[in-house]
Amino acid sequence: MTFLNDKALERLRCSEGADFSGTRYKLREFIARGGMAVVYAAEDEKLSRRVALKVLDAPDANGELTSRLMREARILAQLEHPGIVPVHDVGVLPGGRVFYTMKFVEGLRLDRYIMQVDSLPQRLRLFLRVCDAVAFAHARGVLHRDLKPANIMVGSFGEVLVMDWGLGKILREHSLSRDETFVSSGQKAKSESDSTQFTVITGHGTVMGTPGYMAPEQARGETERIDVRSDIFSLGALLRFIVIGGAQGKSAAQPRPLSAICAKATAESPNARYTHVSELAADVSLYLDGLPVSAYAENFLERLRRFYKRHEVAILLIGAYLIMRALVLLFFHR
Amino acid sequence: MTSAGESFPLTRHSVLAAARSQDGAERARALEILFASYWKPVYKYIRLKFSQSPQDAQDLTQGFFAELLERQLLSRFDPAKSRLRTYLRLCADSFALNELKAASRKKRGGEFAHVALDFSGAEDELRAQAIDPASIPSPESLEDFFEKEWIRSLFSSAVEELRGACEARERQNAFQLFEAYDLAGEENISYGELAARFSLPLSEVNNQLAWARREFRLIALARLRAFCESEEEFALEAKALFGVSRQ
Repeated sequence: MTFLNDKALERLRCSEGADFSGTRYKLREFIARGGMAVVYAAEDEKLSRRVALKVLDAPDANGELTSRLMREARILAQLEHPGIVPVHDVGVLPGGRVFYTMKFVEGLRLDRYIMQVDSLPQRLRLFLRVCDAVAFAHARGVLHRDLKPANIMVGSFGEVLVMDWGLGKILREHSLSRDETFVSSGQKAKSESDSTQFTVITGHGTVMGTPGYMAPEQARGETERIDVRSDIFSLGALLRFIVIGGAQGKSAAQPRPLSAICAKATAESPNARYTHVSELAADVSLYLDGLPVSAYAENFLERLRRFYKRHEVAILLIGAYLIMRALVLLFFHR
Repeated sequence: MTSAGESFPLTRHSVLAAARSQDGAERARALEILFASYWKPVYKYIRLKFSQSPQDAQDLTQGFFAELLERQLLSRFDPAKSRLRTYLRLCADSFALNELKAASRKKRGGEFAHVALDFSGAEDELRAQAIDPASIPSPESLEDFFEKEWIRSLFSSAVEELRGACEARERQNAFQLFEAYDLAGEENISYGELAARFSLPLSEVNNQLAWARREFRLIALARLRAFCESEEEFALEAKALFGVSRQ
C-alpha cells in the first residue's frame, strides 16, 4: 500500500485542484470553507510570512463567483481599519480561479474566546470594538450582512477583527473611493447619511446570512430593504450572545438596560431599531459608565441603585463621616 | 489475503451496525474491515506509547483485535459519548496496560487471518516518519498521532481504491498525475512541468487532476461514512477531514 507522508496527507486534505506552483504562495493547511471559497493558511515565500489565502473552491464557469470574490477583496482593501482584517494581495491562478490573501490572524473566534472572559464590562468593551469596525464600514458605504460570533476574531494580543466580508454589500450613497473619517464608538457618526436613503447596488433577492443573526428583512430576501439597520440587528443579536451566551454556566442574569438595548437593536421593524451603529455603541458605553441608556426608561428605585453604584465609594465615605460626626456629637452632649 | 483497499462496502451501511449484527458472516466481514482500517494506527500507537519491540507490539495489536471480538467490545461503544477512534484508542490503552502487567501473554490474532498484516511495512513507515518515542512529550500528542495515523490509513486505502478504479476505467494517466502532484509531495512542481513530463496539454492536466481528486474524495468519504453511525456524525467527521459537510 502507498505510504503517504505528512506533506501528502496535508495536500490531500486541503488540495482543491488549485495550482499555486506559479505563485509566491504555498498552501500549508486548511482553515475553513465558506459558501463559495476555501481559506487556507499559506506561506508567502517572498516576504516569508504566514497569510490567510482565500480561493474559489471550484472553477467558475459563468464568472459570478469570481466577481463576488474580487468584490470582497476590493471591499476589504478599501476598509483600512484596525478592526477589519487587511487584504494583502489578489491574483488569478493558471486555471482561472481568483484568490486573495489577507492577514493571518492567530487567535480565537469570539464564540470561543468569550467563554474565557468572566467580566461583563470586558466583554462589552470587545463588543464596542466590533461596533467601531462596523461603523467605519458603514461610513464607507459597506454593509457586512453576516455579523455573528464566528465571524469575529480576537487575536493573541486582544485585537478584535471583523472577518468574512463575503456577503458584504456596497451601498450607492457612499462610494468606496470617498474619503470619510472614521468615527469612534460613543460619538455620533456625522458622515453616516440617513440609512433609509441607501439603495442597493448588488443583490439577487436571495437569502444570505445566518439564522439568529440575520435581520427579518434579510431573512425574507427583501434586498431593497436591507440597510445599516440590518447590520444593527445582527449587532444586537451579537450583543445578546455576548451578554447571555458568554455567560453560559456562569451567570444568567441579564441587566435590564442591556436587555433593552438588545431588544431595540433587534426590533422586528427596522424603524424601531437604532439608526446608526454609533447610537447602539453609545448606549452600551453609557451602560458601562453607569449612566442611563436611551433604550431603557428606569424607575426611581433603579435610578437610585444606579446612582449608588456609580458613587458607591463617595456615598460610603460620606455615610461613615456622618455616622462618626453623630457619634462625636452624642458623646460630647451627654 | 486481502488488503484494506479491496472490496470495501461502498454503502451507507455502518460498519459498526454490521459489527453488532446477528448475522455471523456480516459481523465477521465488518470486523475485518475495522481491523484492516485500524490495525496500523493501533500498532504504531502501541509501539510508541508503550515503547514495545516490534514483535511485542505485533502480539499486542493482534491480541487487542482478538479481545475486541471475544469480549464484543464494540457493542459497548456509545457514539453519543465519544468517537469510534477515541474509544478504540482507549480500549487499546487499557488492553495493552493489562497485558503488560500480566506475566505472560498468549499469541493471538488468527481470527483476522484474511487481512494482510504488513508489520515490516509499518515499521518502515515509522522509520520514515522518524519518530523517536523518547521525544514524544505528552499524552495529548499521542492522541494527535493516533488521529493522524487513522487518517493516513483511511487515505492510503482510498488511494489504493482509486488506483484500482483508474485502471478499471483506463484512466491511468489521471492516477499518474495525481501520484506525481499530490502524493509525491513535490512542492515545486507545476502543472506546466507535469504537462511537459506526461506530454499532455495543460488543460488536460487540469481536468485529469480535478477528476482524480474528486474521485479520491468520494472514495475517502464513502469509507469515512462506513465508520459513522449517523448522518450528523458523518457531517462532522467529513468537515474535520476535508472541511466539507457535503456527501
